[in-house]
Amino acid sequence: MSLPVTDAATSRYDSSHEPLLQIRDLEVGFQTQRGLVPAVRGVDLTLYAGQTLAIVGESGSGKSTTAQSIIDLLPGTGKVTAGQILFEGRDLTTLSAREIQEVRGNLIGYVPQDPMSNLNPVWSIGFQVEEAIKANNIAQGKEARLRTIQVLQEAGLSDAGDRLKQFPHQFSGGMRQRVLIGIGLSSRPKLLIADEPTSALDVTVQRQILDHLGTLTRDYGTSVLFITHDLGLAAERAEQLVVMYKGKVVESGPSQQILANPQHPYTQRLVAAAPSLASRRIQAVKTHDSVEGEIFAQGAIDNTLLERAAERENAAPAKDLISVRNVSKVYRIRKQGFRTDELKAVNDVSFSVQKGTTTALVGESGSGKSTVAKLLLKLESITSGDIEFDGHDVSALKGAELLKFRRRVQPVFQDPYGSLDPQYSVGNTIAEPLLAHKVGTARERQMRVLELLDQVSLPASTRYRYPSELSGGQRQRIAIARALALKPDVLVLDEAVSALDVLVQGQILNLLTELQTELGLTYLFITHDLAVVRLVADNVCVMRKGQIIESATTDEVFDNPRETYTQDLLAAIPGGNFEFGR
Amino acid sequence: MQNKNYTPQGHYVAPLEETPVAAIDKLDESQKARSTWADAWDAMRRRPTFWISAVLILLIVVVAVFPALFTSVSPDKNCLLANSNGGSEAGHPLGFTRQGCDVYARLIFGTQASVTVGLLATLLVTLVGIVIGALAGYYGGILDTLVSRLGDIFFAIPTVLGAIVLMSVLPNRTPITVALVLSIFAWPQIARIMRGAVLSAKNSDYVMASIALGVSRFKILVRHVVPNAIAPVIVIATVSLGTFIVAESTLSFLGIGLPPSVMSWGNDIGQARTSIRTSPQTLLYPAAALSITVLSFLMLGDVVRDALDPKARARR
Repeated sequence: MSLPVTDAATSRYDSSHEPLLQIRDLEVGFQTQRGLVPAVRGVDLTLYAGQTLAIVGESGSGKSTTAQSIIDLLPGTGKVTAGQILFEGRDLTTLSAREIQEVRGNLIGYVPQDPMSNLNPVWSIGFQVEEAIKANNIAQGKEARLRTIQVLQEAGLSDAGDRLKQFPHQFSGGMRQRVLIGIGLSSRPKLLIADEPTSALDVTVQRQILDHLGTLTRDYGTSVLFITHDLGLAAERAEQLVVMYKGKVVESGPSQQILANPQHPYTQRLVAAAPSLASRRIQAVKTHDSVEGEIFAQGAIDNTLLERAAERENAAPAKDLISVRNVSKVYRIRKQGFRTDELKAVNDVSFSVQKGTTTALVGESGSGKSTVAKLLLKLESITSGDIEFDGHDVSALKGAELLKFRRRVQPVFQDPYGSLDPQYSVGNTIAEPLLAHKVGTARERQMRVLELLDQVSLPASTRYRYPSELSGGQRQRIAIARALALKPDVLVLDEAVSALDVLVQGQILNLLTELQTELGLTYLFITHDLAVVRLVADNVCVMRKGQIIESATTDEVFDNPRETYTQDLLAAIPGGNFEFGR
Repeated sequence: MQNKNYTPQGHYVAPLEETPVAAIDKLDESQKARSTWADAWDAMRRRPTFWISAVLILLIVVVAVFPALFTSVSPDKNCLLANSNGGSEAGHPLGFTRQGCDVYARLIFGTQASVTVGLLATLLVTLVGIVIGALAGYYGGILDTLVSRLGDIFFAIPTVLGAIVLMSVLPNRTPITVALVLSIFAWPQIARIMRGAVLSAKNSDYVMASIALGVSRFKILVRHVVPNAIAPVIVIATVSLGTFIVAESTLSFLGIGLPPSVMSWGNDIGQARTSIRTSPQTLLYPAAALSITVLSFLMLGDVVRDALDPKARARR
């Protein structure tokens, strides 16, 4: 496959001309009760006509703030405090509200991040596109209606004429994002700002949409300013990269050059952490000595840990700890009146997981992967088929048996902001499972909390803190510590790293691998992200529409995918075909 | 400040000392640990409105508990008809009622009845509403349907109207019965709010996580769901305290609240209405006391709402 960024592409613009957009020493701050908090601190950036530039950075790096300040869409108390934003030689920061309105939409288009919330649910799609067209004076009256259809057609929606009367909820996420892109490009702007345009979408949909966006902007000669957290995606779609960190540009230049030869330590870190096809499964990096040393350091608190690990090693290998056989789950959906519809969320799924290994369930949204996790955790009842855990039928478990099962199989959920009770301090959160199962005295529980915090590399003082004070990655580590409190055999990780920045994600994946080696854990890893699967999984099951369509070892699936769908998924991983300098 | 030597699109690398790379995702240990409630307290403390209402409420409560501290004049004994509707004079700053009693003393001694009714009714309504609303929202099903419909029935009856009917058949009218009667018609509001808050809290991930940890269903309700659903109820309760005091006054004014032997602002307002044109002070002072009390609780409710609103409190 050829790289999308070619020499021909880079020569489409002429750098001897004035740049289209030039940001100089931009500083943006937010007014808070504690004074002005700087979000962007002296950013420089140059973009020529017809060029695509990507700003890459983690959450809080100031990348979105930079983009929003260009078209004066800063949220809340945000204000440009210094610097210039030159667009075709005109300083946008000095324009009045009316003047910037002329620029916004007409000369600079904007595609927002979340297609779900950026279309008004009470107006039809046609009305909303037409509104944008009229507001930008592209066309009026009857012509506007024709133009609306044209815009939707260009955005890649089939039978656009019929869709005008439909409402946002009748559109899928991908279709909505196409509508937003259509609106953004409707006035043929010179510059399009796309703020994480596909982060909320499945990878295959993401690829289609970015391909389409690329074609459109190339045809119209539109410059694109991409905002993304995904280095692979940025490298694949943009000629120029700007890497931001803590409100500053740490490195900028041609994409390939930066990827091949990252100079700044932060960029090097990003490049090293970017999951791509070239990666291999993470191995626990600790030497044998240090593992022993660590366990020794933990002292007599957990003597059983070593014994248990030894037990596992001696146990006969290749025994299935979990076996899922012909499991289906049907939901009844209430329709109008008394009729119900059946939705087969999981359809005749079978797989097994061996002790001490990681099995990944991969699929796009709606594939039924999370439902499988809930069935295994006995949070939902099985419609047909059975799940066996260590020789016991899970659906038959009751009372004390169920409690015992709960001790051995623990979940870690996707949303690190939702899975911890905001009213509970970290110490109480981690101690909760111990309390529920009446393990040890209050003092012993406290000791165990400290030990667990240490295992997930958080300082002991964390136990007095509340979830709102912690970052997403830190919360996810607390969730892992809570799951480990009862010394379970199995962790069910439902999209456990999907919401995290790439560096933090890498850190958590490393932690999980270390814990697996140390404690002999078995993981069921549920994710939509194939690149992550490569890093942690031994076996992969690819799910689609409630069924497992392919299951094999990770290497087999990645090197030699049998199903077309799996091949599509693999091809859609952004930056998958880049060689990252390491 | 910036390195001006670099070409517009060449490979630029920022000097390392400008943005040293920090450890990934390190916990900031310099900040003090704080809970939601500590945060709310912090937000409230900054508001002058909070302090004004708090001082007023404290004063009202002290007056209610120790009325004798504020006046040595008896409010209902030694009333001389010669003083009927008299203006202010030495020792009697607010003048006299139609019966010749001291207005200021009656004001002070009337506080107790009004505040008792308000506090008692609020307490009852909040407790009943929280329990019923939480159970209905959490367990759902037939219990929810029954409770919700029952609530609807009570909701359809205007509180004051219902109270008038009930009070007129009660033989014994004390602050406690008034509070009870008001609670009977007011609990559905709190129950509804609690039910809604519980419904949203019970579907959160942390509840799911607790189920998977093996925590029992009832314990999850008590430990996780109720503490996370209670904030809106507290706000409504603070505001409704004022409205209960008003309701008591309304009933007393109409002659079916507290009996005339019990001193209360409502009774005094009711008795003063006949002489409003000749001596307005007999009506104005108790009315002003009532307004200030209600206003204090409304202001407090406002501050509490702002402090507990997660959107207003977003710190990052």
